[in-house]
Amino acid sequence: MINAAHNPFVIPTVVLMTVATVAIGFYGLRLARTTSDFLVASRMVSPAWNAAAIGGEYLSAASFLGIAGLILKNGVDVLWYPVGFAAGYLALLLFVAAPLRRSGAFTLPDFCEMRLGSRRLRTLATVFVVFIGWLYLVPQLQGAGLTLATVTGAPYALGALLVCVVVTANVALGGMRAITFVQAFQYWLKLTALAVPAIFLVLVWNADGRPSPVDGLTFPQATVVTIEHPATLTMTDGSVLTVKAGDELTFPAGAAVPAVAGMADGLDWLLPGRGGSLFGTYSLILATFLGTMGLPHVLVRFYTNRDGAAARRTTLVVLAMVGAFYLLPTIYGALGRIYTPQLLLTGDTDAAVLLLPSAAIGTGLGGQLLAALVAAGAFAAFLSTSSGLLTSVAGVLATDVFGRGGSVHTFRLAAVAGGVIPLLLALNVASLDVSQVVGLAFAVAASSFCPLLVLGIWWRGLTAAGAVAGIVTGGGAAVAAVLVTVLGPPLSGWPAEAVAQPAAWTVPLAFTTMVLVSLATRRHLPGTVGATMLRLHAPESLHL
Amino acid sequence: MGANLSTVASVLALISALAAAVAAVLRLRQRRAIATDAQRATYQVLHTAGMAAEPLRAGLDRVNAAKAVRHLRTLVGAPGLALVGADGVIALDGRGAHHNAQLAAAGERAIAQHRSAVLGESDLPCDRVDCIVRGAVVAPLTGADGASEAVLVAIADGQPAPGLVQATLETARWAAAQLALAELDSSRDRLARAEVRALRAQISPHFIYNALTAIASFVRTDPERARELILEFAEFTRYSFRAHGEFTTLAEELRSIDRYLTIERARFGDRLQVRLQIAPEVLPVSLPFLCLQPLVENAIRHGLSRKPGVGMVSIDATDAGAECHITVEDDGVGMDPATLIAGMAQAAAESDDSGQHVGLSNVDERLRSAFGDQFGLVVETALGAGMKVSMRVPKFHPGVRA
Repeated sequence: MINAAHNPFVIPTVVLMTVATVAIGFYGLRLARTTSDFLVASRMVSPAWNAAAIGGEYLSAASFLGIAGLILKNGVDVLWYPVGFAAGYLALLLFVAAPLRRSGAFTLPDFCEMRLGSRRLRTLATVFVVFIGWLYLVPQLQGAGLTLATVTGAPYALGALLVCVVVTANVALGGMRAITFVQAFQYWLKLTALAVPAIFLVLVWNADGRPSPVDGLTFPQATVVTIEHPATLTMTDGSVLTVKAGDELTFPAGAAVPAVAGMADGLDWLLPGRGGSLFGTYSLILATFLGTMGLPHVLVRFYTNRDGAAARRTTLVVLAMVGAFYLLPTIYGALGRIYTPQLLLTGDTDAAVLLLPSAAIGTGLGGQLLAALVAAGAFAAFLSTSSGLLTSVAGVLATDVFGRGGSVHTFRLAAVAGGVIPLLLALNVASLDVSQVVGLAFAVAASSFCPLLVLGIWWRGLTAAGAVAGIVTGGGAAVAAVLVTVLGPPLSGWPAEAVAQPAAWTVPLAFTTMVLVSLATRRHLPGTVGATMLRLHAPESLHL
Repeated sequence: MGANLSTVASVLALISALAAAVAAVLRLRQRRAIATDAQRATYQVLHTAGMAAEPLRAGLDRVNAAKAVRHLRTLVGAPGLALVGADGVIALDGRGAHHNAQLAAAGERAIAQHRSAVLGESDLPCDRVDCIVRGAVVAPLTGADGASEAVLVAIADGQPAPGLVQATLETARWAAAQLALAELDSSRDRLARAEVRALRAQISPHFIYNALTAIASFVRTDPERARELILEFAEFTRYSFRAHGEFTTLAEELRSIDRYLTIERARFGDRLQVRLQIAPEVLPVSLPFLCLQPLVENAIRHGLSRKPGVGMVSIDATDAGAECHITVEDDGVGMDPATLIAGMAQAAAESDDSGQHVGLSNVDERLRSAFGDQFGLVVETALGAGMKVSMRVPKFHPGVRA
């Protein structure tokens, strides 16, 4: 197996990136914003900076590592992941961005209280914010463990533990506040870390005579593959070989890559609809399109916008920035089939992005530097996302669970509590794909907060009872599906599909329940609904 | 994977066992508390009365009256009970809905005469075969001023018994007391709102006087500057005297402080230095209108104007999760904390504008009335050590919006 352990640049680069991030967090404000000029001091964050900051928090380990791995393994069907992750901002732009900013809410529970005035709903929203936050934190820690294991050979658990401790300590001590500058820096770092090696990779591929990623895959050099998950291989001569974890296979340079059962091969990889089912695809589209608006760490950033119009402009810029970013993992996934085909056999496809530079460009100085850059980008991805998530989770825990007006001490306590649980989960779900777990977090968000936000903003008839019922039914069903996927036994047939990609049935369920229960409890409409709706939809310039 | 299934099953079993245990403990505690029949009866009456009190305390609209009348009927023990207002039946629970018109008329009479009445079968003629209404007890809900807004009508299925009359009259008296309490609540709310309005931000008369004298000193020597200062002063007063809204954003407030400081610089020249460190993320935070400017004014008046040489005022606003922390600090002469506390207490007691600490206590009270008691001002000072005033402002608070 090609290993980056011999790369002397990886660890210094990662350490440098981490230290720089933490240092900017602690000292950035003092350097950037100390002035005696009020005009400078009262300048709001511009939509471009805001958008870069949202991108910085949003592009997680799943985007950075997971998508390339999925494309390598499953082909064009999973292109819906990057499309959906970006297009979620379209739904956010159309339905939520400006009214949410006008509501003045900082977190989702704030929005519930402002729109429906119910403490019970606020508590329920808090529970879901914490759950989604934790579920989203798990793949970040997973990615951290994987990255550290790939670049240094350390055990998986150590990497997850290390990153969890760094992030928790940093959040608890106040280093990773929602500082726009730090997060914007992270976005550009991540983009650079994928874009620069991608240019070189494409040049190398061109120089190699543009080999096809579809079929005729061969090992570019002599390779020893250590199998990590049991698999059934079909060799090129037609013989079938069943391997189990721990087996070692040796392939000479130029040997054809055997086909692995359960992974897209040949034309299946290239053509849509061959691998996944239609239901799964629609589920994924619904979850990612509608889930983005329910992510707690994304929504808090909208508060920083000057007004509703600025919030909309910010979302538009995010759409462009995130869309540009998602072109890159696709390139890595396709080239990964040519230069790191052994990952198909080991099942460790999430490592494709990390291994590709040294595999394709070689272990010379250039290849090593590019590999170090990618590793630093990966660390930036889960440091920024998990800090943003942990800050949000600890924030709602501190205000809504440990009591409002809590001190710095309660926030620290909440940060530790918020960090430990996803770590425990991350250590137990090592076998799941990073993107799959993120997909589940999106499904829960889409079946709980999306109906609440969309109906809350666009329908006067929503009542607190309806909102509670919808979140409990739809969100609860999605949570149950997640728990069965993560902890339960393996299923087969349609239950497996309905549970692995629940959004296609839980989202309509949540919407229907919310509407029906609201209609049934029409008498309990909040009396202030007219004023609230006016506030959500009237432009600020009217000064109502 | 069979092991996983059993893990899930055992976790679920554990959770349901815990829930069952909690429910059992709660039931047992409830049962143990009530030992005799008399106790149980008392408990039930008080419990029912408590259930009725909640909607009554919210006022006599249709929804609340419907909720209350259900429990009131349990208290009276009549087959039907109606709450009748000056313009008809507000709510009715149980039997007798088809007698609405007669009940409304009887209610109107009782309200006009302020007295209770017993209606017999002849007062309530009915041509329905299955009608059980044979009589009714009408009891007005008499308020503190002797007038009554509504009456309670208990429907009887025979000639009204003395027990029913007694129960209805007592229940009516109790309900009237609850309504009076509701009235009290709403007038307390009105009072609180009036207080908040009275607490409205004011710019200090000292400042107006000082600004005008400072501008006057430039009128001959530097008319252009005097004109600029007058314009700044006009802008500042326009912001300070604006009619709409109790709240503003931090960005707006900073802009107003900028104008204020332009005028103060005309007085102090280079002696006054300002240092700002504002996190841009908290600029949209909503806070009570003019709650920062008095702190800056205080820093200049008590910190710098009594001290020789250069003085520095720093304003910091940092982002702290769901809150924003703002501090205003000066390196002036400071003051003895005991003097400050005494001064604040005096200012609060006399509510008199000439006191030195009116600015601070006014801001403190407005912050508390907007965000709650845990969001007051924190002042750190000592003789010769300058003064630092800090406040915490939640990023979201229901009802607070610029």
